[in-house]
Amino acid sequence: MTADVIVSGSLRNRLAFILTGGAALLAVILYVAVRLLAAQVAQQGQDNILNASMSSVLDTALIRDGRVTVDFPYSSLSMLNTAADDRVFYAIYEGENLLSGYDWLILPRDVLSERTHFGTTTFRGDPLRVATGSRVLIGSDGPRTVSVSIAQTQDALSDTLYSSSRSVAFLGLGFFLMSSALALWAASTTSGQMRRLATSVTRRGPQDLSPVTKPVPSEMAPLVGSLNTFMSRLDHTLSQSEDFIAEAAHRIRTPLATVRSHAEATLQRVDRTENRKSLQAMVRAIDESSRAAGQLLDHAMVTFRAENLEVSEVDLADLLDELVLSMTPVAEMKDITITMTLDRPATLQGDAILLQNALRNLIDNALKYAPAETDVIVRVSKSPSLSVSISDGGQGFAVDEIETLPGRFVRGKNMGNKVGSGLGLTIAQEVAIAHGGKMTLSNRKEGGACVTLSF
Amino acid sequence: MRYIVLLIALLTPISGSAQEWEDRRLFGASDQISLTILSSTDTSFFAPIIDDFIASNPNTSVEYLVTGTADLERTFRAAPDRFDVVISSAMDLQLKLTNDGFAAPILAEDHPEWAQWHDRLFAFTSEPAAIVINRRTLGDLPIPQSRQDLIELLRGHPDRFQGRVGTYDVRQSGLGYLFATQDARASETYWRLMEVMGRVGAKLYCCSGQMIDDLRQGKLVVAYNVLGSYARKQAETSGDLLVILPSDFPITMMRTVLVSENAANPRRAESFVRHLLTVQAAGDPKVFPLPPLVGDYDNEAQRNINLDPALMTYLDQMKREAFVREWENAIVQDE
Ligand SMILES: Nc1ncnc2c1ncn2[C@@H]1O[C@H](COP(=O)(O)OP(=O)(O)O)[C@@H](O)[C@H]1O
Ligand SMILES: [Mg+2]
Repeated sequence: MTADVIVSGSLRNRLAFILTGGAALLAVILYVAVRLLAAQVAQQGQDNILNASMSSVLDTALIRDGRVTVDFPYSSLSMLNTAADDRVFYAIYEGENLLSGYDWLILPRDVLSERTHFGTTTFRGDPLRVATGSRVLIGSDGPRTVSVSIAQTQDALSDTLYSSSRSVAFLGLGFFLMSSALALWAASTTSGQMRRLATSVTRRGPQDLSPVTKPVPSEMAPLVGSLNTFMSRLDHTLSQSEDFIAEAAHRIRTPLATVRSHAEATLQRVDRTENRKSLQAMVRAIDESSRAAGQLLDHAMVTFRAENLEVSEVDLADLLDELVLSMTPVAEMKDITITMTLDRPATLQGDAILLQNALRNLIDNALKYAPAETDVIVRVSKSPSLSVSISDGGQGFAVDEIETLPGRFVRGKNMGNKVGSGLGLTIAQEVAIAHGGKMTLSNRKEGGACVTLSF
Repeated sequence: MRYIVLLIALLTPISGSAQEWEDRRLFGASDQISLTILSSTDTSFFAPIIDDFIASNPNTSVEYLVTGTADLERTFRAAPDRFDVVISSAMDLQLKLTNDGFAAPILAEDHPEWAQWHDRLFAFTSEPAAIVINRRTLGDLPIPQSRQDLIELLRGHPDRFQGRVGTYDVRQSGLGYLFATQDARASETYWRLMEVMGRVGAKLYCCSGQMIDDLRQGKLVVAYNVLGSYARKQAETSGDLLVILPSDFPITMMRTVLVSENAANPRRAESFVRHLLTVQAAGDPKVFPLPPLVGDYDNEAQRNINLDPALMTYLDQMKREAFVREWENAIVQDE
């Protein structure tokens, strides 16, 4: 069935692709953002310490004996100690004159503000972060500006950045893997819902047109809803037509029976040969019609009941006893002996009416297609599985027809002028299938047909 | 062998500058010098280490040059390509050299983290500054155990100690300056002690060696902030000398080594430093006669001077001037 469907892409793959793609994008964004943030935070940390160090140096600046002195504490530089042993440089200026420290560490021009100035420079290729601040001291000869720059290499900072980048990378990767797994799971459960619906529909019997009652996700509700409506419409149509056939058969049979009794009565009273002949032909045609109508009725009944079997414990042997007894008059008319080989008790769970109907059709066929003064053998055996076979001494089935004979209204070449509708084997087969069994047609070695129902 | 070396040392006019070394010794058979070590440590302490190095690296000859810590720093700064390995007890000067980019990096993962700085400067001894006393000249006076004891002793008997007390001249000695600044940083007893020593006319020395010599000869009764390691070695031969670690807080210096960034023999210099760190860790006193590194002390107050940038604080021009002025005011008051 799926072979005829034009497939374009897969919802599951599309969903998984979108979700994992999104996760990858998010992971990259996460990585970049956290890294930037970490860099900023780390730089902020270094700046804070540089600022504290610079301020502590600047704080000790004072004018003594007309000279600017800066007697900064040990802690000014010791607070700059880092795990990576970053190098430290400083310069103390009064105006443009270096008081002490490293002369190459030149003051930025725009330093004369209250705020600390942060900048980046290099010393022999190593990047340096520099914090510069200044303070105005009032001496006897006027204001004097003291500026302090503290510089530090960035080894510890890049170590921190490296290790935090690594953990962030792991975080991003973990995030990506987890959300991918989640995405795949989500995609497969979503498509799993549909697959489950599909299998539950596929697994139904051909006649099961009941609505899907299992709960489905809301997105699938429209689909399942229209499927249900579609099936109930189909079911309605089907049962309507079955009803119609049954009704039709019934309506035909009743008037036919009336016509037949009138024809029989007239036959008693008519003497002329040609009149009798035509009346006899009439009776035969009426028989045929009413038989066909009966079988149509039976078939409709079987089709209907097959869907909802009225299951009870049925003994096939008892059932056959009764059936054969009722058919003995017909057999005696043709001088046919019905032999029964019954393996008692032969019980099964099944619908007695359907089984009886099937077997009656088969025995009826045997009596009909076997010549007079032959034997019909009815056999019930329980091994290997429970089976009933009806064999006769007729000419058997035409080998090339065996496949097609169980079809509706199909009759064989050997039907001759025998009354029939082509539904007998159809009914028998449908009943066998409804009971989880099958019907096999074969020819006996010594001649004659053999129909086996095995359950 | 020694004589030849000494002969060579005496006969060869020192090439280039007219540098005068406290000691200059060549090790190894080859006359092509393949490693030049500039050091402030007496040759006697390093000879076994260098011999051991040469034993495992034949065809190496080592030139070992000794000078004072302050001079050492000046000399090296002026010509960093002339020397391969620099060893000094002045941690602050060594750290500043490293900070200023004069040292080359060496991977030494086995070496404790606290005993190295910036992968370039490696500490390999722990040596406290000691009070050294000549027991004979001290006579019946009580033996001081702390700075306070010493102050009281000097105050109580100024005439006994007049001109017979010694300490480093911080203006000349880098190590003396380091000890003095660390001492002053830790406690104000330092300044009181300097004042008292100044009042009894303390003698000032450039180096531990001379100070200990004068002690041994009885010219001094007590010397303050002497390198304990040197004094102990002398005490072994002279029973009169007594080395006391101040019980309040002994200042403990770590001798450090670095490889010149511009070393002519960087490979050999690096392997020498590795060798030095290895024999230090092995701790065989025959090969490594210096006091080994110690991280934790029984005395809570004793702690190695930290290898960190703060060591550069007192090297600041202004701070140095101020410190030396104050020191002079305290100890040189009579001059
Ligand atoms: N016992 C039998 N012997 C020979 N042919 C048979 C036998 N039973 C059925 N057939 C063949 O199978 C065909 C279909 O049988 P059935 O469905 O019962 O229809 P009908 O009996 O009304 O013809 C028959 O027309 C006949 O050709
Ligand atoms: Mg039939």
